[in-house]
Amino acid sequence: MIVGVGGQGTLLASRVLGRLLLAEGFDVKVSEVHGMSQRGGSVVTYVRYGRSVASPVIDAGQADYIVSFELLEAARWLGHLAPDGHIITNTRQIDPMPVITGAAEYPSDLAAKLAAAGARVDAFDALAPAERAGSSKSVNIVLMGRLSRYFEFAETAWERALSECVPTRFIDMNKEAFRLGRDGSPV
Amino acid sequence: MLGNEAAARGLYEAGCAVASSYPGTPSTEITESLAEYGEIYTEWAPNEKVALETAFGASFAGRRAFCGMKHVGLNVAADPLFTISYTGVNAGLVIAVADDPGMHSSQNEQDSRHYAIAAKLPMLEPADSAECLEFAKYAFELSERFDTPVLLRVCTRIAHSQSVVETSARAEPPAAEYVKRAEKYVMMPGNARRRHPVVERRTEELRLLAEDTFLNRAEPGDRHLGVIASGTAYQYAREALGDGASILKLGLVNPLPEKLILDFAASVDRLVVIEELDPVIEDHCKRLGLRVEGKNIFPAIDEFSQNLVASALGLPAPSGRTLGEDVPARPPVMCAGCPHRGLFYALSNNKVTVIGDIGCYTLGASPPLQAMDSTICMGASVSGLHGWSRALGRAGSGRAVAVIGDSTFIHSGVTGLINIAYNGSDSTVIILDNSITGMTGHQQNPTTGYNIKGEPAGKIDLEALCRSVGITRVRVVDPYDLAQCEQALREELDAAGPSVIISRRPCALLKYVAPKPPLAVAPGKCKKCKACMKIGCPAISMRDAGASVDPTLCVGCGVCAQLCKFDSFDTALPQH
Repeated sequence: MIVGVGGQGTLLASRVLGRLLLAEGFDVKVSEVHGMSQRGGSVVTYVRYGRSVASPVIDAGQADYIVSFELLEAARWLGHLAPDGHIITNTRQIDPMPVITGAAEYPSDLAAKLAAAGARVDAFDALAPAERAGSSKSVNIVLMGRLSRYFEFAETAWERALSECVPTRFIDMNKEAFRLGRDGSPV
Repeated sequence: MLGNEAAARGLYEAGCAVASSYPGTPSTEITESLAEYGEIYTEWAPNEKVALETAFGASFAGRRAFCGMKHVGLNVAADPLFTISYTGVNAGLVIAVADDPGMHSSQNEQDSRHYAIAAKLPMLEPADSAECLEFAKYAFELSERFDTPVLLRVCTRIAHSQSVVETSARAEPPAAEYVKRAEKYVMMPGNARRRHPVVERRTEELRLLAEDTFLNRAEPGDRHLGVIASGTAYQYAREALGDGASILKLGLVNPLPEKLILDFAASVDRLVVIEELDPVIEDHCKRLGLRVEGKNIFPAIDEFSQNLVASALGLPAPSGRTLGEDVPARPPVMCAGCPHRGLFYALSNNKVTVIGDIGCYTLGASPPLQAMDSTICMGASVSGLHGWSRALGRAGSGRAVAVIGDSTFIHSGVTGLINIAYNGSDSTVIILDNSITGMTGHQQNPTTGYNIKGEPAGKIDLEALCRSVGITRVRVVDPYDLAQCEQALREELDAAGPSVIISRRPCALLKYVAPKPPLAVAPGKCKKCKACMKIGCPAISMRDAGASVDPTLCVGCGVCAQLCKFDSFDTALPQH
């Protein structure tokens, strides 16, 4: 599952992942959300792959990986994580409107609480490497780089998928973002 | 491919020549994808009724044609729909309708299959992208063979899911010859009476087709449980049950087969219909005298999932971990720099009753602005305000407005405005002109000056249009200027007679709209009065040290700075 806040580029990340898995010979389904919820709301994309995939969505207790662009969103989707599942999350926090208006508080120490709940958590700041690569918008690709550590697919296969999904003029920047996510400090 | 892209590919491969649609989530990408094929004339029409009539006109002229819309769009296009069922087609005519179970981006959860039944039209329902392509292509064949428009129904999870497809080359079917046949196409009572029996015969012929078409197939599995399903529900059933059930998968959801279902029912111990929304297939089974389960164990609301299917059938379903504390909701919000925000602040600040409409600006109903009192359907703001004004007189019209976006106004707001002008109520209509169809993802419309391909096109002058229908008080404001908005609002509410305020500024997400430098809060200046928090800008948050602006979100619109009594917001500070 790729989760985040509308506008953070979750769709592109899921498309890169889908393209990679297709090239690796899997049946793939990617389920996206368009429309109203994209406007700064909580967004989720499901990516399922295997020999043959029926349902396009991931249900409670079924996600092997949750890649989260924002800490609170990782917490929101914890219930979807499979028993041995990993949460790979950006530690950056974006206040949702109920927090901005004072109707709710942003929970503290979420990464620790997720781990205490039994999730295998890989929390890191994805914004700094994205900015180092040249754009804060490449957080999505930094996170894909981080995710790539958990799979045995060749780095070149990821890069090929990436090149097929981003405009030519942004390829170098995104490759750098991917590399920084993949090679950054060890888990 | 996305299901929508695959449907477009199927239409393309079938030789579709003309496509006319109105955008609506989750249908929009079908027509956007069609526009990328140079061989197909593709357009955005002002509304679904115009789009369907245009597509019919192209079919009537002898070329394969398409029209796409979301479920509520079919309500708008229902008028031609019911009668072109009688006339039939010349070249093939395919109409896609996208339902939205779960209402990801819709105001209701209506089930479009009822339209197929009521208008007596065949309806196909694909269950993945490969079927979107295959069924869209076959729909043209069916349309011409049975002389009928054909409905193609997709749901959000099919339309917006990507799965594998195989493409092939485009066919170029010869144009059908146009022959004048008034008895078939002029639907005055005498002719229509002779066409209705043709429609009934066609339905019977289609029912025979339903018995042995490739669109419907029985997938044998465990005989203890037999499931009838289509579309998304089929995929959830497959996922949850594997080969632990026999499944009758229906791709033709109207008309439904009889013998095929009876035979399937006879081959299993327990018969269950799994369908999202209404019990259409289930009711059909009951009319066939079958003992069948369906809505007694499955909900008629929201979308399904594999766990829901498993639980309803008494099978184990995984459950997830819990955090042990509440996670604050993250509802969608107006974007930072959204031009609607300033105008809605003026409405909220003046405690005006706001009769709203369909678009991004419906988010003005959410806290903290909460500046919307009703939202029904496309165009209902303008006509609803007229009713309000007539019911309450000056006392009512002086404290209420309609708000409607540029595309929605053209879609069906202008007819309401004509009613206001003609029947002379004191109504004040606010057109939120952000120069694009925003919510559905930036489609051009008749007010933007560009067509679906981004080429220069006819451009409606909104001020001239409003004046031409008889509104003499028409003024334009900049929604980034709060004082100007408030002044215009007060003056037009006080004025006798109808008026229009056009709140004009392009959507902040448009590529040509260059963001200004982000604002920053000068250290020590913020007194934490929270005046800036009243506009609900996602870029502003209140920290221990005072208000703080997220420089990655802020586009420098300056609306917050106009609310600050302590001049805390500044662009002159060095940026992070």
